[in-house]
Amino acid sequence: MELTVEGTRAYAYTGGKAFDAKLPCVAFIHGAQHDHSVWVLQSRYLAHHGYCVLALDLPGHGRSEGPAVASVEAIADWVSAVLAAAGVERATLVGHSMGSLVAVDCAARHPAQVARIVLVGSAYPMKVSKELLDATRDDEPLAQDMVNIWSHSALAHYPSNPGPGFWVIGENLRLMQRQKPGVMHVDFAACNAYSSGLERAVQIECPTLFILGERDVMTPRRAAADLARAIRGSRTAVIAGAGHNVMGEKPDEVLDTLREFLGTSA
Amino acid sequence: MAAPKHPGFSTLSLHAGSRPDPTTGARATPIYFTTSFVFRDTDHAAALFNMERAGHVYSRISNPTNAVLEERIAALEGGVAGLAVASGQAALHLGLATIAGAGSHVVASRALYGGSHNLLAYTLPRFGIETTFVDPRDLDAWRAAIRPNTKVLFGETLGNPGLDVLDIPSLAEIAHGHRIPLFADATFTTPYLMKPFDLGADLLFHSATKFLGGHGVAIGGLLVDGGRFDWEASGKFPELTEPYAGFHGMDFQEESTVAAFSLRARREGLRDFGACMSPATAFQILQGVETLPIRMERHVANTRKVVEFLVRHKMTESVSYPELDTHPDHALARRLLPRGCGAVFSFNLKGDRAAGRRFIESLAVFSHLANVGDARSLVIHPASTTHFRMDAEALKGAGITEGTVRLSIGLEDPDDLIEDLARGLRAAEKA
Repeated sequence: MELTVEGTRAYAYTGGKAFDAKLPCVAFIHGAQHDHSVWVLQSRYLAHHGYCVLALDLPGHGRSEGPAVASVEAIADWVSAVLAAAGVERATLVGHSMGSLVAVDCAARHPAQVARIVLVGSAYPMKVSKELLDATRDDEPLAQDMVNIWSHSALAHYPSNPGPGFWVIGENLRLMQRQKPGVMHVDFAACNAYSSGLERAVQIECPTLFILGERDVMTPRRAAADLARAIRGSRTAVIAGAGHNVMGEKPDEVLDTLREFLGTSA
Repeated sequence: MAAPKHPGFSTLSLHAGSRPDPTTGARATPIYFTTSFVFRDTDHAAALFNMERAGHVYSRISNPTNAVLEERIAALEGGVAGLAVASGQAALHLGLATIAGAGSHVVASRALYGGSHNLLAYTLPRFGIETTFVDPRDLDAWRAAIRPNTKVLFGETLGNPGLDVLDIPSLAEIAHGHRIPLFADATFTTPYLMKPFDLGADLLFHSATKFLGGHGVAIGGLLVDGGRFDWEASGKFPELTEPYAGFHGMDFQEESTVAAFSLRARREGLRDFGACMSPATAFQILQGVETLPIRMERHVANTRKVVEFLVRHKMTESVSYPELDTHPDHALARRLLPRGCGAVFSFNLKGDRAAGRRFIESLAVFSHLANVGDARSLVIHPASTTHFRMDAEALKGAGITEGTVRLSIGLEDPDDLIEDLARGLRAAEKA
C-alpha cells in the first residue's frame, strides 16, 4: 500500500490483504539497512487473523521515497504521521533493533497512537562500535559483512524464512545490499546517537514486550536490561538459539510470542 | 569486537543448512522419507498453505532433506535460495518457465549441452518461447540478438564441447543494460571453481548429477537464485511483480525483496510442473557436496596431468582446454577460473572414425558412457555415439571432428589414467 506522508510517498506491506483501518492495527518497524520484508511471515499471518497490518519501509528504504531520516526521534514522528495517514487511531508497534528504539520513542511521545510496543532484538544505549560505524560510512560492503555475520547464530535454520530452501544469511546480506548508498551510515549513526531512551522509557504506559535472541551478539540480552527495567510492567521473552536476526532465524517462535502478547495484553 | 569472519567454503560444504537432528541427535542429515507432514492444528495448516508460516506440507513442494541441500548450494554459491529438482534439465526448465512464457524470447549461447539445446531449439517453441543462439564469444552478437521481449541471456560457464569460457562480467553488463537477468549453467565449474553470482550472473543451475554428486549414482538438478536482480525496477517481469491469481493474488516481489524468483519457482513451478527431487537423491547429492572442495582439487590436478600428456603425444592433433595458451579463451579463463578449468575437455585424435573407435575400445580404466563429472574417468567418442548420424561436414559445424574424443577426468591415480590413454593411443595408431 502506498501512502503520502509529509508530501513523500511511503510504502507499507499490508500482509497480502486489503488494508482495513477499522481492525486492530499492528505496525512493524524494520531495523537499520532493512525493509518491510524482514517481517513477511509475522505480518502476513496477523493480516489473515483479524488485524490490519502495516509493515513499513522507512523513508529512503525499500520502496519508500525520500532520504533516510537521521534520528530516532524523527523516525518516530514519521511513524506517527504514517499511522495518521493510514487512518489508524491506535496501533501496536513492533520494532526490530533500530526500529525498537523508534517504537520506544513513539510510545512515549505519541502515547495516544500507541496501544502496545514489542521490542525485538533491542538494546539501550544502542552504541555502535567505532569500527562498524566508520565502515558504514567508508566501506559499506565491509560493514554489511560485519553486520551479517554478527546477526546470525547458526548456519542452519529450520524451517528457514520465508520457507524451506531459503538461505537466511544470504537473504539478509542481499537485502542490505539493496538499500541505497549512504542509508546504512544514517541508520547506524541514528542508533548510536539516540540518548533519550531511558527518559522516554519511564514515560511509557502501554504494555511492552521484549523479544530477545538468546545468542544475539549485536544487541546482547543484557544490553536490554536497563530499558526493560525502566518500562513499567514490561515483559521479556527470550527466543532460544536466535541471534540478532530473530524473526529471520526463528520466524515461528517470534510469531507465537507476538500472538500470545497480542492476545493477553490490554 | 573481533574482525568478522565468514565460514570458509569447506566448512559451508559440510555445515550450511544442516544441524544435528533435533529429535534423534543424528549428526548426518537424515532422509525424511515421507510424502507429507502432519499439521499441528487447522490454523497451522491454513497458515502453511497461505505462506503465513514456514514449514513443510508435501514433499513435492519441500522436504527437510531437500531443504538442507537447497540451502547448502545457496550458501556455496553466495545466493539467497536453492531449489532441488529432478534433473539438470528440470532446473533449466524451471528457471526459464518462471520468468518466460508464450511470446517470450531467450538469447542463448550456441555452445550448449545437447539436452539444453533441444529444450530451447525444439521444445520451448511449442509453448511460445523462442530462442536465438549466438556464438558465446561474440558480445556484439549477444547485443544484436536482444529484442524487446527477450527475458534472459543464457549460457554455460564452460561451453560444450569446446569449453568456451562464458564472459559473465561482460554478459551481465549487457543483460543488465537491457533490464534482464543472466542465467548460467554452472555444472562444469561448480561453486568451487567459479562463483557466477560474484561475477554478475543472476540465476544459475547445476546438473547435480555431475560434480556436485560426484559419485554417478543419482540424477538431480539445483536451481539457485542470486537475489540481486531487481525485478521491480526492470518492469519486464509481471510474473514476479504483479498479483498472481494462482496464489491468492500474491505479489512475490512484495513478499520478498530479494527472493521473489525463488518464491514463484517453488510456489508455482514445483507445485504445477512437479519435477521434484526425491529426498533419497537429495541425501546422495549431499554426500557428494560434503567433499566437493577436495574432489574438485583432485579432478583439476589429474586433468592438468592428462592434458600435459596428451598435448605432447604424437597421435594428438589438438587439445581444447582453456588453461592451454592455444585455447581462444585462455586469458579469460585465467581471470575467471583461477582455480582451474574443470575436468571435462575434448581432444582430437589423428585419424578417422575407426581410429576413434579403436582408441575407446582399448581403454580399461576409462568407462565409455554418456555422462561427465563422475569420480571415475569417463570417455565418449561423439562421432560414433551422440553425433553418429552426422557426416564429416555436419560434424564440423558442431565443432567436432571424426577424431574428437571427450574425456571426463576422475579421481584415480593420474599415472594409471595416463597409462590407459597411452594404450588407447597405440591402438588408434594401428587402426
